[in-house]
Amino acid sequence: MKNPIENLNKIFDSRIRLGIMSALMVNDAVSFNELKELLDITDGNLASHLKTLEDSEFIKFQKGFIGRKTNTTYSITKNGEKEFKLHLDALTKMIGSVK
Amino acid sequence: MDTPHQPLEDLQHIKKMMERSSRFISLSGLSGIAAGICALAGAWFASQKIHCWVNGDCQLSLLITSNGFQLINDLFWIATITFIAAFVSAFIFTYLRSKKNGTPMWGTTTVRLFWNMVIPITVGGIFLIRMMQMGEYQLVAPGCLIFYGLALVNASKYTLGEVRYLGYGQIVLGLFNLWWIGYGLQFWAMGFGILHIVYGAMMWWKYERK
Repeated sequence: MKNPIENLNKIFDSRIRLGIMSALMVNDAVSFNELKELLDITDGNLASHLKTLEDSEFIKFQKGFIGRKTNTTYSITKNGEKEFKLHLDALTKMIGSVK
Repeated sequence: MDTPHQPLEDLQHIKKMMERSSRFISLSGLSGIAAGICALAGAWFASQKIHCWVNGDCQLSLLITSNGFQLINDLFWIATITFIAAFVSAFIFTYLRSKKNGTPMWGTTTVRLFWNMVIPITVGGIFLIRMMQMGEYQLVAPGCLIFYGLALVNASKYTLGEVRYLGYGQIVLGLFNLWWIGYGLQFWAMGFGILHIVYGAMMWWKYERK
């Protein structure tokens, strides 16, 4: 039997990246500030995690404006959705195998 | 640091993040209780007003000459003031809770909840006002309950899921009221008063009790 751990994605080891992906799964687009409030972390910390996810092409961003302020929103890519679902399945199977 | 491979904790974290980012979770049980008390007070004032007119203590001649419009007018104002008082007091408790929990009051989730609530209520309101203009008063109380219940069921997807059951309760009361015309005020007090208080107390017990 295949070990479900093989399907776990290393990128989702981080709780923060897991949180970002969860929020993007259930929302069309989430802004930088909303993610910051949701996860309660600093700008720099959030930016570096977003960069990791962007580099793996799991999420994409869109720059817009609210008045004069820039407003960056993030959304999940097809690939990101697929990988996240695989990861979820693997987690569920792991719990199943412990029982 | 993050420890990898704790599947249960990870799944719980995912669920929490999904809920927090898509639902308005600051809704306080105390808001429900406050709105319920306002509704009961409003219903009490309305019944006093009706008794007063019916017993003839309130210038019966005026009632006859105005064709009942004076009474309708008074009741309309009682309803409006009750609604504003209920809304404001509900807002205050939810605002306090969101402040205490550090969750933002105004965000995407609030806007989504707001629109999903406002659309059925506004449509229902316009419908009932038109009905009253056409002289149909009997279905106003059940109409309020039914449209409000539908709005709650619709909104429950964007806030605490239990709101759905409050909505079902209002709809059931509204439907019964359709065949118990003449008891509108009693049904109205049951739905907007008692149900809100019961729901609010249960939610407070479940989520906010320390």
